[in-house]
Amino acid sequence: MSDTPPAAHTRRGFPMKPRLPRTPAAVAGAVLVAAMIMLAVAGPPIWGASAERIDAAAILQGASAAHPLGTDSLGRDLLARVLVAGRFSLALALAATLIGGLAGIVLGALPSVLPGRPARLITGTVNALVAFPGLLLAMFTAVVSGLGARGAVLGIGVAIAPGFARLTQTLAATVAGSDYVSAARMLGVSRRRILTGHVLPNIAEPLILQLTQALGGALLGLAGMSFLGLGVQPPSFDWGRLLYDGFARIYVTPEVALGPAAAIALAGIGFNLLGDAMAKAAARTAAGGKASDTAVPPDPGEPNPGAVLEVRDLTVAFPGGVTPVRGLSLTIAPGEIVGLVGESGSGKSLTAAAIGGLVPYPGTVAYGRLLLGGRDVATLSGKALGTTLAMVFQDPMASLNPALRVGGQLAEVARVHQGAGRAEANRRAVDRLGHVHLPDPAARARQHPHELSGGMRQRAVIAMGLMATPRLIIADEPTTALDVTVQRQILRLLREVTEESGAAALFITHDIAVVGELCDRVMVMYAGRVVEELPVSRLAAEAAHPYTRALIASLPDMATDRDKPLASIPGRQPAPSEVGPGCAFADRCALATARCSAERPPLIPYGEAGRVACWEVK
Amino acid sequence: MIIEDLTVRFGAFTAVDRVTLEIPPGRIVGLVGESGSGKSSLARAVSGLVPYTGRIDGARNVQMVFQDPYASLDPRMTVGESVGEGVRRDRAGRRAEVERLLGLVSLPAGLAGRYPRELSGGQRQRVAIARALGAAPDLLVADEITSALDVSVQGAVLNLVRSLRDELGLSMLFISHNLAVVRYVSDVVAVMHQGRVVESGPTERVVGEPAHDYTRALLEAVPRLT
Ligand SMILES: Nc1ncnc2c1ncn2[C@@H]1O[C@H](COP(=O)(O)OP(=O)(O)OP(=O)(O)O)[C@@H](O)[C@H]1O
Ligand code: SF4
Ligand SMILES: [Mg+2]
Repeated sequence: MSDTPPAAHTRRGFPMKPRLPRTPAAVAGAVLVAAMIMLAVAGPPIWGASAERIDAAAILQGASAAHPLGTDSLGRDLLARVLVAGRFSLALALAATLIGGLAGIVLGALPSVLPGRPARLITGTVNALVAFPGLLLAMFTAVVSGLGARGAVLGIGVAIAPGFARLTQTLAATVAGSDYVSAARMLGVSRRRILTGHVLPNIAEPLILQLTQALGGALLGLAGMSFLGLGVQPPSFDWGRLLYDGFARIYVTPEVALGPAAAIALAGIGFNLLGDAMAKAAARTAAGGKASDTAVPPDPGEPNPGAVLEVRDLTVAFPGGVTPVRGLSLTIAPGEIVGLVGESGSGKSLTAAAIGGLVPYPGTVAYGRLLLGGRDVATLSGKALGTTLAMVFQDPMASLNPALRVGGQLAEVARVHQGAGRAEANRRAVDRLGHVHLPDPAARARQHPHELSGGMRQRAVIAMGLMATPRLIIADEPTTALDVTVQRQILRLLREVTEESGAAALFITHDIAVVGELCDRVMVMYAGRVVEELPVSRLAAEAAHPYTRALIASLPDMATDRDKPLASIPGRQPAPSEVGPGCAFADRCALATARCSAERPPLIPYGEAGRVACWEVK
Repeated sequence: MIIEDLTVRFGAFTAVDRVTLEIPPGRIVGLVGESGSGKSSLARAVSGLVPYTGRIDGARNVQMVFQDPYASLDPRMTVGESVGEGVRRDRAGRRAEVERLLGLVSLPAGLAGRYPRELSGGQRQRVAIARALGAAPDLLVADEITSALDVSVQGAVLNLVRSLRDELGLSMLFISHNLAVVRYVSDVVAVMHQGRVVESGPTERVVGEPAHDYTRALLEAVPRLT
């Protein structure tokens, strides 16, 4: 909950930290892999002859100017041999990875196309193999299929396969359970088409990333096999073989083992780093580009001493010109319940997050004023923030630890924030649970969150917020996941709690109908800005902004004429990076004029206790 | 089509308990109830996605549209490929059919080459509906198809649902927890509670003179603007 310190909150005025497109690890990985590929291509033609040149006069030498890494038992130059062995070592690793990857992917994909019994058999075998030590599996296969490069490659391939099979199975099961595969099944699309059309394309990317990393592992594994004498046999040689030969002399001339060891390590690290970096890049959503220029907020004027919350010109921005909240201002008086409505992506949750200091990295928050109980939020300690502000989210499980008893979690708040003793804290927890009308609170306090229904959990979270005496409760879609009947109970509870404690509330919802049930005042948000603000009592009949009016008109209620089509708004809200200079609603607005898309209408007072931002409202 | 004595069990838990329900041809039957009341299990049984006992008569080809338009389209298929999935034609025939289907849900044919990530939620939901229509279903099951949508686009999808009934004579099982939405689109309303249908009848009757306590509680809880 809100007692976590606002670690991710970048305070006002801090420059936007650019996201590094290339981490040092990714660069190192790419460079190493490129070097290895170059070595594999160019090594044999350049140094091939010197690697094979026998020199009876220079047998078993240590490092010298002529032979930086020494020579072997036939007087051949070891540096040249290490450089030449790159191609063979990498080729073997590639072969092993492809064999292992292919076998694994086939094994992993089969259960999703085969009927039940063979599918279970394969799954069971794979599970057993995954639990089996990889090196043992590799050695066993290598011994059975005959010493030499072929045996080693097969061995490492077999060792890699179970991991791939498991990964493929997990990925395939996720895709197979998706709605779009259900839809395809209903359309009569064949199992084979589902596999090739839906499953494989959607699991290809993670599998390819995994292959890159497996290549590094295979390289190390093969070297290990050669080192154990199970791999490449003379006169062929790879890095592992060179290491094996050099190791016998390690006490006399350690440098002869150094070359192959370093080559193996560098190649292994290179592939692992690159695979890692690729996986991270794939997981990251597109970002980067220029940082948005955060304008200096205008002078916020005099603070309002009576307000519980006063926000002036709040802006939340992300790198890449993404500005989801744009110069938002709002004031909440004690005991007042303000509704913040707007469609998905309008910036409601980020507004709440900014107030609570919870905007995730790499977002930046700027404001002219952000006062909670008269004090700048940035100067409040985590504890002070935690006791003044209570936050309730859509998913109550986000605020509850599933492993702990409900009562214990509530008591924890009292112990940390108020220094209450164990018995006192527990008593207070049960009291608060009763306060939010949880039946039999003493028994509920001893239960775990999963033993409570969704509505009960949300009550418990509200009770947790009430453990301290918050001045402000921010509830972000607290009833969206609940049924209408339960939703109504929670709304009543919120009303009751604010009336009793004098706390104010900011209630966030996308459902304008719910606002009417609970709130005193509504603020309508669109594309990061407040476009209208008015008392709830006037919402249905006197809303002035075209967007608010269209929202109300498109909402079916129990009296809507069933013979007429519903009103709807064409188009969609612009994304936070697409908002232009004019009115953000202009593309969808029936009243829009040329001025609307060129010049942004200011939010100005309108009617009794209202404000509106529209050129056409006079 | 008629659903008779339909029961769905998951282990020891009975999600749908001997439900009997008729969906007259060319009509929209609305199914309301709280979450966990068995609405989606019933939908999935009717669509052949979960095993059941009982009888389903008179609907050989059932298609379903899912709640989350962000999860029900393969992100790696274009709109055209998704909509064309159930269409058994040669290449040219398929393209013409995709165009027709997109037209049915009021989407421009130019959208066929786009990917779902380029579409809004409302547009995606129309694509999912077009894909289902491609199989020429006897029955369309719509499971909470507007709950993931914003109010500003919900209206357009609801209008589409009604026009499909009026213009194509499509029969539909329309599931929602939102009574106002169900009232607006449905000819018949069935109320589900703890796995059973506790009340069903013509929409105006059920909404105007609810007979069951649970229906009354549901009606009572509908949020009102004023
Ligand atoms: N971490 C982030 N990085 C970049 N953009 C973000 C991030 N978090 C949110 N956004 C963008 O900011 C915009 C506003 O998000 P926000 O969560 O505040 O919307 P909302 O009004 O709460 O919507 P909903 O009703 O769906 O909860 C969205 O377009 C979202 O994509
Ligand atoms: S300013 Fe123009 S475009 Fe914006 S809401 Fe008003 S009339 Fe419509
Ligand atoms: Mg939100």
